[in-house]
Amino acid sequence: MKTRDLAYVALFAALVAVLGLVPPVPVAGFPVPITAQTLGVMLAGSVLGARRGGLALLVFLAVVAVGAPVLSGGRGGLSVFAGPTAGFLYSWPVAAFVVGALTQLTWRRFNLAWSLLANLAGGVVVIYAIAIPLTTFFADVSLATSFTSSMTFVPGDIVKGVLASVVAVAVHKAYPVIELPARRRPVTG
Amino acid sequence: MTGWRRRGTPAAVAAAVPRTAIEVRRVGHAYGERPVLHDVTLTLAEHRIGVIGGNGSGKSTFARLLNGLVLPTEGQVLVDGLDTRTDLRAVRRRVGFVFQDPDAQIVHPTVAEDVAFGLQNQGVPAEERAVRVAEVLDRYGLAGHADHPAHLLSGGQKQLLAIAGVLVMRPLRVVFDEPTTLLDLANKRRIARVVAELEQDVVVVTHDLDLLAGFDRVVVFAAGRVVADGPPAESVAAYLASMA
Amino acid sequence: MTLALYHPVPSPVHRAPAGLKLLVLAALGVLLFVVPRLYLVGGALAGVLAVGLGLGGLPVRVLWAQVRPVLIWLAALFVVHLLVTDAATGALAVSRLLTLVLAAAVVTATSRVTELVDVVERICSPLRWVGVRPARIGLVIAMTLRFIPLIAERAARIREAQAARGGARRLTVLVVPLLVQVLQMAHTTAEALDARGADDEPLPRRRRRDR
Repeated sequence: MKTRDLAYVALFAALVAVLGLVPPVPVAGFPVPITAQTLGVMLAGSVLGARRGGLALLVFLAVVAVGAPVLSGGRGGLSVFAGPTAGFLYSWPVAAFVVGALTQLTWRRFNLAWSLLANLAGGVVVIYAIAIPLTTFFADVSLATSFTSSMTFVPGDIVKGVLASVVAVAVHKAYPVIELPARRRPVTG
Repeated sequence: MTGWRRRGTPAAVAAAVPRTAIEVRRVGHAYGERPVLHDVTLTLAEHRIGVIGGNGSGKSTFARLLNGLVLPTEGQVLVDGLDTRTDLRAVRRRVGFVFQDPDAQIVHPTVAEDVAFGLQNQGVPAEERAVRVAEVLDRYGLAGHADHPAHLLSGGQKQLLAIAGVLVMRPLRVVFDEPTTLLDLANKRRIARVVAELEQDVVVVTHDLDLLAGFDRVVVFAAGRVVADGPPAESVAAYLASMA
Repeated sequence: MTLALYHPVPSPVHRAPAGLKLLVLAALGVLLFVVPRLYLVGGALAGVLAVGLGLGGLPVRVLWAQVRPVLIWLAALFVVHLLVTDAATGALAVSRLLTLVLAAAVVTATSRVTELVDVVERICSPLRWVGVRPARIGLVIAMTLRFIPLIAERAARIREAQAARGGARRLTVLVVPLLVQVLQMAHTTAEALDARGADDEPLPRRRRRDR
């Protein structure tokens, strides 16, 4: 990894943390509040690509583990990895990786449609595919219960997926980070 | 220069090369299609050199050429005879770099840890590291903040921390890229004093003409070229005239 | 914003190596899931409280602060169990999670961030064989901790600027400018890392290049 990649990984891990500080929207029912944090997961993959995006989320989880209260609602520490919503945490690095991989795959003809596909497949489908079975295990509820309760959050996640896609397309044009070589941002002055 | 040097100089040889001058030879630089420097040739040997110019004049890119943060697309930059292209690491050890925004260059959560960062990269043993960090924190009035979070420092203190983090590595020269732009008047003066007291050779890129008092030479850039070069009074006069 | 859930008081639990505490925590997690008995969970819960509040000298509020956000969830979980299984299963599931959350909170409150980062580096040391330098992992974690308050501050500033112009508190208008700032910061930070020798070879021997 180049130092540039280290900077991207660290800064996006921090960005995901800060998005967790944006007040969550509570939803009645099975309470995994809607937060901007999963938006950070999608953006990390969309902007940084598979490897760096996945690493950014792993680093984010490491930072949570060592005690930074940066999950939505000010949670943090090791307890969240055993807590009821732990399944979602574990899914994030994979989700960012998948979003990034799909983005890279379609990079040459990247547009809003491809971006939506990447963000919804990686940022919604992958997250639930991992989180639902894990929640079933941690909370000892049936798969069906876990599934139906999770579905209440899907509309919010789709909104975030659309938002992430719009942003990703803008970044793709103005400031491509994926396939970086040979292009550098000019230094002003 | 010589062929063996172009292939890279062994570190031991590089460390022994005496401090002479930074030579910028027929350097051009472009970001993709956009040229920012054209055919710049300068020999920088004075103790304190200022670099001024309008926004987009190429002066920041010029500063970054001096320690190899930017490699020239044309021509050559030699630091005491070491080519930035082939002897990058040796060059960076000789030429420290202080950025405009200390927030982007402080990478560790606490003050002492951040100062130690460069020494860690150089492989300086822990005991020596501790001594050198304490020394430099003391010199810049940060001793009481050693274990404090860096983000709680004031703007001026952050810039001092950034400078301390560079000086602890004992470079022979320091390049400053607009070190006072983000500071208030009191802190501008404080940084100016720090720069004036350095025993290292310094190159200061700035919009802050007061900072250049007592400098040996000032170079003026416009549209990627050197348009004036001489004693501060003359260069500044030429610069002000061109702005009028 | 403070980035520390560490609660410094002198105690044997604080002095115990962070790696050991993590190991015990992991073992407890496995045990409670493999042997789902209410008496075992109850015993573990009592044990965790004894270690944290008694031996570790932690005030109740420190642990409470970490448990509180989970409580609503645990209550909901219990209700779900009442509806679909039975009270006993519900009690087991809830008390098990509560115990693990508390145990993890005790580890977090009694271990310094730097110690835990060291453990993370050690856990990652096998990655050396696939070309990852463990020290780099420590650096990236440190950088993240450093940049969180900075980016939070930038986010607050963006919100202020938008509020001053009467802007709505929408997510889009925050995220786009914030992302631009983060990308610019990454650029300068990468330069700063290079300027301070982050890409230098680690000791002991300097490698000759191109020879």
